[in-house]
Amino acid sequence: MKGKVLLLSALAVLVALPALAAGDAETASAAANLVLKKYYMFVAMGGAIGLGLAAGGGGIGQGHAVNGTVLGTARNPALSGKLLTVMMIGLAMIESLVIYMLVIVLIIFYTNPFHI
Amino acid sequence: MEAPTFLDFIIHSTGLPAYLVFTWFVMLVILALALIVRGSLKLVPEGIQNVAESVVYGIYSFVEDILGKEETPKHFPLIATLAIFIFFANITELIPYFAPPTSNLNTTLSMALIVFVYYQFLGIKKHGFRYIKHFMGPVWWLVPLMFPIEVIGHFARIISLSVRLFGNIFGDDLLLAIIFFLAPWLVPLPIMGLVLFAASLQAFIFFLLSTLYIADAISEPEH
Repeated sequence: MKGKVLLLSALAVLVALPALAAGDAETASAAANLVLKKYYMFVAMGGAIGLGLAAGGGGIGQGHAVNGTVLGTARNPALSGKLLTVMMIGLAMIESLVIYMLVIVLIIFYTNPFHI
Repeated sequence: MEAPTFLDFIIHSTGLPAYLVFTWFVMLVILALALIVRGSLKLVPEGIQNVAESVVYGIYSFVEDILGKEETPKHFPLIATLAIFIFFANITELIPYFAPPTSNLNTTLSMALIVFVYYQFLGIKKHGFRYIKHFMGPVWWLVPLMFPIEVIGHFARIISLSVRLFGNIFGDDLLLAIIFFLAPWLVPLPIMGLVLFAASLQAFIFFLLSTLYIADAISEPEH
């Protein structure tokens, strides 16, 4: 009788073991999910602030470029074509600095560089 | 993050990446246009020959302004190919279900590397060992400061050329996808106009910068 009880209890423990393991895996994945969420929280904050600053600086710079072109055209309307070409080149140069920031944010956001 | 594209039947059956298949598509389009123009050449141009001639003449006069009369024919084929290819590659993002090949860093980085190796080779071929003088500053005692800065600046040109084109076109592609998702039918039309302008501007900037780098490499150091 005692042998049967012992056997049954051993079988019950053996059956319960996979449930224990699944519980471990669940908490492990929940913990990993929480770390991932924290990582993306920081990525979102940093990306928003960084892109905002980059866009602000870029906007000021491009505003200066357009200001110079408009003043130059007002003084000498015959040169407006050449001035427009130079302004376009300058605007693309300044815009590329903002684009660098966008690429950094895209890299951090879509590839997981720290393997979290 | 894989969006369905029109040429999916080629991409999925051969396992090739999307940007490569679309590069071939753009090449086929340009070759077809060139063969159509060549099929009906007249002395007095009309129709599509007019457009092709004005495009080529426009690029040629622009390059001639920067490089001078005798250097231009040597470097014009590379510069014009870059300009026309990048323009058509950027345009394909306006067609729905098409992915522009320049929206991938591989395409733009390869083109930037070609330009970099080309103008370095030109500088070394023309000046020989005196090409190092391009990296020195104006005076001899600034060399330990100027030389690393100039070398880093030259390598940064690869990154700046490729990332500028990649960031612009990828950002425009993402913007178009989101706008199509948010407000379909007629609303994306002004956005597509803006994207068309930005795409042609980026092609212009790429070939202009390549021309300027080539002009800088073959110029005599005047210091």
